[in-house]
Amino acid sequence: MFALLPDNPFERITVHVDGNTVGVPPGFTAAAAMLLHGASSTRTTPVTGEPRAPYCMMGVCFECLMQIDGEPNQQGCLVTVVEGMRIERQLGKCKVDE
Amino acid sequence: MSAVHDLAIIGAGPAGMAAAVMAAELRLSTVVLDEQPEPGGQIYRGIERLAATRSRHLELLGPDYALGLELTRAFRASSIEYLSGTQVWQVEPAGRIFYRRNDVAGILQAKKILIAPGAMERPMPVPGWTLPGVLTCGAGQTVLKANGLAPKGRFVLAGCGPLLLLLAAQLTRCGIKPTAILQTTFNRWAAAPHLLGFLGAPAYLIKGLGLLRELKAASIPIHNVSRFAIKGDTQARAVEFVCNGAARTIEVDTVFLHQGVVPNSNLAWSLNLDHRWDDVQRCYHPKLDAWGRASNAAVLVAGDAGGIVGAKGAEFMGLIAAAAAAVDLGKVGAEQAEDRTRDAKTALNKQRAARPFLDHLYRPEQRWIAPPEPDTIVCRCEEVRAGEIRRLVTEQNCPGPNQLKSFVRCGMGPCQGRLCGLTAVEMIAESRGVPVSEVGYYRIRPPIKPVTIGDLATLDVPERNDAVHM
Repeated sequence: MFALLPDNPFERITVHVDGNTVGVPPGFTAAAAMLLHGASSTRTTPVTGEPRAPYCMMGVCFECLMQIDGEPNQQGCLVTVVEGMRIERQLGKCKVDE
Repeated sequence: MSAVHDLAIIGAGPAGMAAAVMAAELRLSTVVLDEQPEPGGQIYRGIERLAATRSRHLELLGPDYALGLELTRAFRASSIEYLSGTQVWQVEPAGRIFYRRNDVAGILQAKKILIAPGAMERPMPVPGWTLPGVLTCGAGQTVLKANGLAPKGRFVLAGCGPLLLLLAAQLTRCGIKPTAILQTTFNRWAAAPHLLGFLGAPAYLIKGLGLLRELKAASIPIHNVSRFAIKGDTQARAVEFVCNGAARTIEVDTVFLHQGVVPNSNLAWSLNLDHRWDDVQRCYHPKLDAWGRASNAAVLVAGDAGGIVGAKGAEFMGLIAAAAAAVDLGKVGAEQAEDRTRDAKTALNKQRAARPFLDHLYRPEQRWIAPPEPDTIVCRCEEVRAGEIRRLVTEQNCPGPNQLKSFVRCGMGPCQGRLCGLTAVEMIAESRGVPVSEVGYYRIRPPIKPVTIGDLATLDVPERNDAVHM
C-alpha cells in the first residue's frame, strides 16, 4: 500500500511482520512497518469481523490495534520498532491465556 | 513521589514547546509529558530525525514544516524536564497526573497543569470510510514526515480544508501524483464577508494560492462533489461521486479523507472543564479567559485544543498561558507578564482574525457531518450505523449521547468516542430539532488512554494512613 520515497537512509532495523522478516528504517512505528510490509488489513473487528487498517496514525482512532511481541491490543502507531520486534495482525477478540 | 512541579505541560507540539520555553525563562520548575518519541506534535512530527537523516525531504514538505526546527531547538535548550513517549491516562483536577512510560506507570504532581493535546481531524463518516486503504490526510502526512512513506498506486484525496491541498501538493513534489482531489465543501460566498480579517495574515492567502497554482501546474483535477462513497470488499477499490450532476467512478488503491481539524478534547472533557459549542467550527471549545485559564483553577489550555488557531497561533497561546501560570504562582508580577506577552497577543489576534474566513469557507455541510445514508458507520469501534442512531432518537426518544451509549454502546469502544462524538451529537441534535449545545457531549471519564492492571500494579502509591480496613 505504501512505499519508501527515494533518499531514505539505508540503515534498517529487522522486524517480523506477520512472520516475514523485513527491514524498516529506524524511527518507524509498528503501524508504519505494517503499511510498508503488511497485509492491507491489519485487524478484524471484535464486533462483526470486518477488516480494518491503520487510519489516523496519531493515536486517536485505535484502528491499528495489533499484537506486538505477543502482547495484544497495542496501538501500533505509538510503538517505535526495535530490533527483532514481532508485529502481527490481530483477528477478532483477544483471549486471556488460561 | 518526587517534588511538586510548578507546571506540568501535556503535549509537546507548538503550544506545549513554546509554553515550556517561556516557563523555563520565568523560572518555573516545569515537566513536559508527550506521547511521541520526539518533540514537535503532529504538525512538526519527526522533524528532528528528518532533518538529521533525510534533509532533502525538508524541501518537499515546505518551509512551514521546517519552521518547527527552530522551536524544537529552543525547547531542547530550555531547562525543563521532558518525558517523551509518555501517555497520560488521568489528570486529577488537584494536579496529580498518572502516566505510562516504558511500560511502567508513574505519578507526578504539579501546581498548574497546561494541557496542549492539539487537534485531531474531524470525523468524516462517508460510506466505506472504515475500509482498509482509507486513511486521513493527517495520516498520509504523518507517514510522509515521520517515515518517508508515500502511497503506491492510484489514490484520491476527498473532503475539504487546507491540509487536503497541502498533502496533495507535498506528494506531488515527491513525484507521487493524486488521480484527483474531490472537494466536498467550498463556501466562497459564506467566506467572502470575512476576507478582510484573512488578509490581515497575508501568509495564508499567499500559501493557499501557491498550493492551488502548484496543483494546477501538475494538472491535478479538483472536482467539487455533491455525493461521495468509497467502494470495496475487503479494501478500498473505487470511489463513486457526483460532480456537476453526473455520477462518476474512479478506481483507487488508497483514499485520504479530511474535512478540517477539531480540538483533541478527551483530556479537557475528562477534567470536566466547561465547554461551549462553536457553530462555525462545528465543535466544542473549552471556555478560556484571554490567558488560557480554564474553568478549573489549576488548569490552562493552549493551542488547537482550546479552539483551532493553527501552529503559529498555538505557539503564541502556549507562551501566553505559561506567563499566566507564572503570575498565578506568584513568580512574576501581572505587569511583567503583560510586557512579556504583548507581542504574542498582538500576533495571536492576527492569527485569530484570519480564521473565520477559513472556518466559513470549509465549514462542512450537514450531509458530510450527519451521514444521510442509514448504513454508514458512525461509531467505528462498536460499528453503530447512522440509521440506528436516527431510529433510537426518533422512535425510542434517546435524548443525548450518554443515553446512546446505554442503547448501543456508541462511543464506548477503544477510541472512547474520539471518532464518533461530534457526529453523534450533531445527529441527535438534527433528529431532535434542537441546537447541539442542548445535546451536550459524551461524559468522558479516566482512564483516557488504555491502562492494564499490570500498569496499575507498578504504581508507586504512598501508603494511605486513612485507609479503611475491612
